[in-house]
Amino acid sequence: MPGKLKAKIVAGRHLPVMDRASDLTDAFVEVKFGNTTFKTDVFPKSLNPQWNSEWFKFEVDDEDLQDEPLQITVLDHDTYSANDAIGKVYIDIDPLLSSEAATVISGWFPIYDTIHGIRGEINVLVKVDLFNDLNRFRQSSCGVRFFCTTSIPLCYRAVVVHGFVEELVVNEDPEYQWIDRIRTPRASNEARQRLISLMSGELQRKIGLKVLEMGGNAVVGYLQCFDLEGESGLVVRAIGTACTLEKLSGGGATNNAQHTANSSPSKDMKESPKACMSGCRSSHSSPVHGAASRLAQSFSVSYPTLLFSGTQGSNRPRPSLRARGASAAQSLASAARQCRPVFGDECPSNPLSSGPSTPLRAPPFTSFSPSKSYSRQSSSSDTDISLTPKTVLFPARLCLYLSPSSPALSSVAPPISCQTSRPPGSGMAPRSTTPPPSHVAQSEVSMLRKSVSFSEDMLLAASGMGSGGSAGKEAGPLKILLRQQTQTALEQREFPFFTLTSFPQGFLLHVAGVVSARSVKLLDRIHNPDEPETRDAWWEELRQEIKSHARALGCHAVVGYSESTSICEEVCILSASGTAAVLNCRFLQDGCLDVLSEHRCDDSAPPGCGFCHVPYDELNMPFPAQLSPCCCCHRTKVPDVLFTTIDLPTDAQVTGKGCLIQARLCRLKKKSQGEGNATCISNLLPFLEYELHTQLLNKLKLCGMNALFGLCIQISVGENMLVGLASATGVYLSALPSPGGIQIAGKTPNDLTYDQHVSSIQRKINDTIVKNRELYEIHITEVAEDVIGSPIPEPRQRSRLFRSHSESSDELSELDLSHGKKDAFVLEIDDTDAVEDLHSLLTDAPTPPGFYSCNTEIMPGIYNWTSAIQMFTSVRVFRLNNANLTNLGLNKIFNELCENLLKSLYFKLRSMVPCCLCRLNFTVAVPEDELIQVAVTAVAMSFHKDQTQEANKAAQAHSQMKAIAETEEQLQFPLELNAESASPLSPKGSGPQDGSNSHGRAPSVDYSSFADRCSSWIEQLRLRAHTIRRGSIKTSSSPLPEGRSRSLRSTRSFPGSSVSVVKMTPLSFIPGAKIVKYLGIINMFFIRETTSLREEGGVSGFLHAFIAEVFAMVRAHVAALGGNAVVSYSMKECVFMENPNKNQAQCLINVSGDAVIFTRESDQEGHLPQTSHPQPTEDTPP
Amino acid sequence: MSVELDVFVGNTTIMDEEVYQLWLDGYTVDDAVAVRMEGGALQVFEASMEVLHSDTMDQFRTFQMCERLLYYPSKLTNQLLFQIPPQKQAMLIERYYEFDSTFAREVLGKKLSKGTKKDLDDISTKTGITLKSCRRQFDNFKRVFKVVEELKGPLVENVQHHFLLSDALARDYAAIVFFANSRFETGKRKLQYLSFQDFAFCAGQLISNWTVGAVDNMMEDMDVDLEKDFLHNLKELKILINDKDMLDQHRNLVCAQLRGKITVFGEMEANFKNLSRALVNIAAKLTHTKDVRDLFIDLVEKFVEPCRSDRWAIGDVRLFLTHYTSTAHSLDSFRYQQIWERYMGVIKSCILKMYHD
Repeated sequence: MPGKLKAKIVAGRHLPVMDRASDLTDAFVEVKFGNTTFKTDVFPKSLNPQWNSEWFKFEVDDEDLQDEPLQITVLDHDTYSANDAIGKVYIDIDPLLSSEAATVISGWFPIYDTIHGIRGEINVLVKVDLFNDLNRFRQSSCGVRFFCTTSIPLCYRAVVVHGFVEELVVNEDPEYQWIDRIRTPRASNEARQRLISLMSGELQRKIGLKVLEMGGNAVVGYLQCFDLEGESGLVVRAIGTACTLEKLSGGGATNNAQHTANSSPSKDMKESPKACMSGCRSSHSSPVHGAASRLAQSFSVSYPTLLFSGTQGSNRPRPSLRARGASAAQSLASAARQCRPVFGDECPSNPLSSGPSTPLRAPPFTSFSPSKSYSRQSSSSDTDISLTPKTVLFPARLCLYLSPSSPALSSVAPPISCQTSRPPGSGMAPRSTTPPPSHVAQSEVSMLRKSVSFSEDMLLAASGMGSGGSAGKEAGPLKILLRQQTQTALEQREFPFFTLTSFPQGFLLHVAGVVSARSVKLLDRIHNPDEPETRDAWWEELRQEIKSHARALGCHAVVGYSESTSICEEVCILSASGTAAVLNCRFLQDGCLDVLSEHRCDDSAPPGCGFCHVPYDELNMPFPAQLSPCCCCHRTKVPDVLFTTIDLPTDAQVTGKGCLIQARLCRLKKKSQGEGNATCISNLLPFLEYELHTQLLNKLKLCGMNALFGLCIQISVGENMLVGLASATGVYLSALPSPGGIQIAGKTPNDLTYDQHVSSIQRKINDTIVKNRELYEIHITEVAEDVIGSPIPEPRQRSRLFRSHSESSDELSELDLSHGKKDAFVLEIDDTDAVEDLHSLLTDAPTPPGFYSCNTEIMPGIYNWTSAIQMFTSVRVFRLNNANLTNLGLNKIFNELCENLLKSLYFKLRSMVPCCLCRLNFTVAVPEDELIQVAVTAVAMSFHKDQTQEANKAAQAHSQMKAIAETEEQLQFPLELNAESASPLSPKGSGPQDGSNSHGRAPSVDYSSFADRCSSWIEQLRLRAHTIRRGSIKTSSSPLPEGRSRSLRSTRSFPGSSVSVVKMTPLSFIPGAKIVKYLGIINMFFIRETTSLREEGGVSGFLHAFIAEVFAMVRAHVAALGGNAVVSYSMKECVFMENPNKNQAQCLINVSGDAVIFTRESDQEGHLPQTSHPQPTEDTPP
Repeated sequence: MSVELDVFVGNTTIMDEEVYQLWLDGYTVDDAVAVRMEGGALQVFEASMEVLHSDTMDQFRTFQMCERLLYYPSKLTNQLLFQIPPQKQAMLIERYYEFDSTFAREVLGKKLSKGTKKDLDDISTKTGITLKSCRRQFDNFKRVFKVVEELKGPLVENVQHHFLLSDALARDYAAIVFFANSRFETGKRKLQYLSFQDFAFCAGQLISNWTVGAVDNMMEDMDVDLEKDFLHNLKELKILINDKDMLDQHRNLVCAQLRGKITVFGEMEANFKNLSRALVNIAAKLTHTKDVRDLFIDLVEKFVEPCRSDRWAIGDVRLFLTHYTSTAHSLDSFRYQQIWERYMGVIKSCILKMYHD
């Protein structure tokens, strides 16, 4: 009986009228946990009932405490008929289970009904008394903390980073069909909400157990996703990074940490394994914050880059590409063919069934017969590159530094039937063995035409790479040694993956590039929810593949790792991606940190460029690449382009500012079913990825930049199209060579007018590059002009040779093994269509003046953030009425859709200028045949200080202080200051009283006091308003006789209102503020449905209201935990369905984040404005 | 190709005051977009028409969702659905309850009932205010009226407390409620020249001087009704005109004071008895509800118009009324000083307010 849950229902307000006759409601409340239910008395005839109930006590296992939510149902009592439900509140009590998080949940919660939305509010008090559980075999994992934040949470220190944890839970989703069902919509929506809540509770508990097993006490970068597989079930899966965290004591520590972080950029991170991450970076001063980039949808996979590695003449790009495409397609097809007979629907002997979740299990994928020949190789996750054709392939694709991220093509797994887990990469493997059938090739050619030259270029570039990162002469041996150590540490892990996107200093040694894998699967009903091994096996394959990709890049770890799915009917694309990296092993072992902090040696490597150095060995280069000496330290080699999925490291040296770079692509696909459909998708994927990649690279060059961070590629599948969207933040890394220009080449060079046309485009592009450099303040000392302005090479060269340009510096040029000297990046165009297409792609509208945008946590080059932030979600659904669209037309539409969306955002947020949109997270979906849905969540942050904001801030700070004073009086339990206990498992017998937070309620801002402060300002505002307004009366209104004895009260007093302000942000920090406490994870799932769509304002009205409601519920939960902000907020899922004919619509939304308490860094300011206070607070009515 | 769904939701609700005003004024989305385009919104960030349309739609939707909270503004301040900074809340409320004085003038003194609501199209045509806006304003009047009608205590304060309005606006609402409750006649042609502001001023005077709350601070009673006793006592003033001596004496005193001070002395002297009779008769009749309703028309017909036809300047009127009131104290047998003061104080300021073209 390890826990006692206590709940008290205090009051309700703004209840809906349930009795038409009296216009009132007779409300009572049911409180349910597990199978126990309590009821309050009926509070008759009131819309603002005061129940003030006793404490309802539930005695439960802590296992249940973790799994179950507390369910509060508000009902209207009816003597004659059944009681009507008004709505529900689900309260996740997980935050109360850790001694360091919240101690009590208390506040107003919106009462939510899946049909009517929010209907009034209810005030609830919840506490938990936990008894210490000494049972070693327990199933619960109370005390393990979860963080969505993908960096070490501020105000904590990572003692050990244990590594990857994953888990998934499956269940049937019997009521996924929403339109015709037997139960009422309300009943089935609630059943689903509850089911998902239970599943995620269970999932979290299981992950917690794994963490405890590893010796950790927290999960950072926790990423939980739902796969709504429809008929085949519901999968809830999560990944994260297990850590042992230690709370930094007090604010002082935080400051110090920040100080260190900032002031010691000169410590070489790579050579000083010991650099201890003494802390957390504090929010605003340090640019690196973990980003939640692992959002559900990054499907990056296969970049065509692979081609290169192909043995086929590298100077004949076109054929080789063709060959590759063909071979891929072909092999897939053949695989599919082969498999069909073998695997029936119920494909029996699944060799994988040996408990998927068991760590260290050898990857046995190979066993399925059809693919055996190659799959075996692919599954040999490691290694020796040169031996197996497959591995060779991989590296080429993936590796690339150069081309950035090119991940592995391989991911296109054969679409074969359901449960058979099939090595995703297998499709590609045969490249070397299967000669490209020419007929297939032809059909592909047209599609690939444009891209060809590119890939070639990348290839070649890749081929030129120098020695690996460790090549630095003196540093070499040391590094190798170090690497070996790390390797052993990591080798023991099944998956050396980290969901973190930003790291303690010294942790990240080298970054090689993006690795990713994708696999197409056919869904089948999950027969036994208790044994989800199919799904487990699928992911395991992908992870193995990722791991082998990383190996091929000379890396032993993958950081910024994330997984996602896209489902359409019974086809599912699984994607995994991350950044191959070399880590400092010291952080991975217990007890070494202290040592670290003592000698934080090494100065030999320059700061800010170490992570760019290539980690692989020059002599054993896994793929061709072009390397050049590091522009910062000139000692080791760096690639010419770097793509990563992580945030920009804090100490990275960046020139100028960054910008959002997006590649967008739509591809038509034939409608088909089952395997045919899967095959079709598998065939398209590589091309899609290739083009996305090409676009990214083009746009990057156009911006004059050389690296991408936070890369996230999602591919969504619909019935008749595939949509790909790649977003990343481009920057100019000082360590990398300056990017070459872009050269345009035509294929009919003899035509004069055509040449003119080409050269005019060339001019435009060159102008754009110059303009962009100006815009992003990229001033490079080296001479870049010759690149940009370089004349078009002779036709022959043009079409054959492509190389990315590198400004190799002279001292080392003899060592440069790259094939070429300075060649510009060449784009070949064939006809007018292509030109236009190209041009439109290359000329995204620039952001309006005063705006910057990025999808990482912060923007390099901007440091002086103000406290003004505005988080928002915007959703658009686009209908393609024209059924006869070509790929080109489709692309154009999709591109415009995204551009217009961005334009709208800029317009909306114009009042915040100068500002930066950070963590712009785009999600695409193809909900129906001709619909494309794009959802964006981001935060706009102002960065230039100005008067009003100062004033505001001061006012806010002041009211906070006041709120502290007020609330402290109201607290029922005396709270001890800083009574934080370090051990998460310490007994909580004494209950919430010994909780740590004196700040518990502190931060809530009281509107009414705030209001007073603002009143003079408001007065002014009002005056202005009046003058502006035509024909209205106000201003001149007559003075009353002074003598009137009843004086009027202050205009601006808002009686009884105190709604605390809760900030929300997708970032891990709040500018100008210090996060003093993490209260727990917020993970909420809501369904909303309507049967009166038109009356609610159509689809837009419906969704608008729903999103607003979701925000409101998140804020209410955070406020009830005592918090005043949500960080690392993200909307994981937004599934919208409508049936206009029936006037119905339904939407599911899943959001998550970390509830925190922050304090303003400049609280003192708050006192100043008090004197100007026009109305003494005493005037405020009680 | 069409945008099927387009929403933008901020954690802090974004509301543009200009767009809010367009919404309040009853513009359709398309009209509002047109107005904004004329206003130069397109120059900002090279916004396109679609951007503007999307922004306008979005905000209109937000306002619509907020509207039900604005019916009872205290709800807006403690609801959880929209996070709106207090100063924005104040703006929303204030603007929502603001009204066009031309509209208010039309409705003033009418019963706030369904019948009147049906006439709103006529008012809309007449004033050029959109029907939608008229409805909003009318419903606001009605809602405020309903809430405040039965409440005890000072009217203005009640309005302010329940609707969180600014001082000035609360006073205007008090006037509207007061007029609607007493159903003062304001629609006659002769009264057309008076603006809403004139009436609102008068209402303020009546509320602060002639209601129960005016004398008794601790008031049990409400501000909406005139004090019965006071009205009843006004009958006593008739002595001023019925007693011939007193009337003459009063005239002499006033003439003595005003000699040489006003340009229309002759006319004043000749008309004194008529004017005095008019003012006192109005007072004496106020016991009847119907005559209360006619207060303003009586004042205009019996006092304002005669003076105007004799071309009294406003300064003359002021001097006359001042001395007319004060000299009554010197009348030996006049015992109703207090009532006289209370009556004339209001009448004087009302007449002065109403004395214009």
